[in-house]
Amino acid sequence: MVGFGGWELPQQYTSIRDEHLAVRKAAGLFDISHMGRLVVEGAGAESYLQGLLTNDLASLAPGHAIYTLMCKEDGGAIDDLVVYREAADRFLVVVNAANREKDTAWMRRHMPAGVSMNDHTEDMSLIAFQGPRAHALLPRGSSTTDDIAYFAFRPGKIAGVAALISRTGYTGEDGFELFIESGRVGDVWDAILSHGKAEGVLPAGLGARDATRLEAALRLYGNDMDETVNPYEAGLGWTVKLGKGDFIGRDALAKVKESGPRRNLIGLQTAPGDIPRHGAAVSNAGRRAGVVTSGTHSFFLGHPIALALMEGPSLRVGEKVTVEVRGREAQAEVVKLPFYRGSARSAVAPAKS
Amino acid sequence: MAERRYTKTYEWVIVDGKTVTVGITDFAQSQLGDVVFLELPSPGRKLAVRESFGVVESVKAASDLYSPVAGRVTAVNEKLTAKPELINSDPYGDGWIMKVELTGDLPADLLDEAEYKKVAEAGAS
Repeated sequence: MVGFGGWELPQQYTSIRDEHLAVRKAAGLFDISHMGRLVVEGAGAESYLQGLLTNDLASLAPGHAIYTLMCKEDGGAIDDLVVYREAADRFLVVVNAANREKDTAWMRRHMPAGVSMNDHTEDMSLIAFQGPRAHALLPRGSSTTDDIAYFAFRPGKIAGVAALISRTGYTGEDGFELFIESGRVGDVWDAILSHGKAEGVLPAGLGARDATRLEAALRLYGNDMDETVNPYEAGLGWTVKLGKGDFIGRDALAKVKESGPRRNLIGLQTAPGDIPRHGAAVSNAGRRAGVVTSGTHSFFLGHPIALALMEGPSLRVGEKVTVEVRGREAQAEVVKLPFYRGSARSAVAPAKS
Repeated sequence: MAERRYTKTYEWVIVDGKTVTVGITDFAQSQLGDVVFLELPSPGRKLAVRESFGVVESVKAASDLYSPVAGRVTAVNEKLTAKPELINSDPYGDGWIMKVELTGDLPADLLDEAEYKKVAEAGAS
């Protein structure tokens, strides 16, 4: 077990390698109840969230979700989050575990009369069933999910238990995030695992979650970005809708967009054994030029991969840099993101950012 | 076969005359998690007791390996190059790391099985 944002999470149930490969080939089941779940509602809820978030909720229909950032006045990222529109005036907001208190304090500070926010992190649990076969391997007693599009959600049943079924995830694969009353979530967990066991479904821990999200180049707040990094630097400019009207950070972000970001997040690949770790220095032509924000060995791809935040204009795919590994310089190649495109059919990460 | 003995830093040795086989313990591999790479010494290298002789990279972190004995490396387990996961699946068998020819006496503070178990249990709590 490891500490993560104030929660104790299993690094692995059996083996990170086996769990990682299960997610890529069949499906894996993650307990992600550490993520914060906030319900924001009231007549002014939409315009309130529009003023806090970088993405545009105006065209978000009930039953659909959107990935967005929440920024400070200077454009630095407070958090990245997913907003689910349950009804015209009701939104479910999922935030990072480590940021839940910071986010709620920030959101309350800006909250107008007529809007309320309630924290359901304890009473509503969240599990993620992710993999190319997740859809086919839902247990008996589950609602049909054929017509739930990527980044859409609907109330239904999983293994006979009421669940909010969302076609979202953090692995690059097709699959579901399931919001279930905490008293019943254990039943659903057991039903999914026992139904899928013979087909290779495994419970998957934080290690597999980090490896799969990194292959899919999905950012991890606290590693790949923090309050000193703006969305354009993080390669998430596509979540910033400058034309939607005013929001916190808009003026600063408009300037960044105009002048171009000072730094850029890029993908690196190294030789087997040379695992770039978070914080390792990256050099270009002998000069320190950036830092690794996330790095791991990819069991699925067979070599290490890393994200690095580099000073200056973005490097081209194929360019060579060096990265510090165990106190020496190892060669790394700039590669295209994502490192791996899984079965998820993307509304969340367009090819061009 | 000679009995296995241990260090407080979770290495094990089997002594056969002047030849010592070295590996890491089951507790060590379980703490490291899936091993993905090992940096091993070249045969012929001379090692002092507790000298760092290599690195094991797991998905979680890179960790130094320390020699339990003083001696000269005579062989390393080449199988680990292609299959580093042997460290996890068979730490006391196919996951052995190197063989060393002793150049001095065995350190006096090697642990037997019962003593080592206490160390590992303390480390796990």
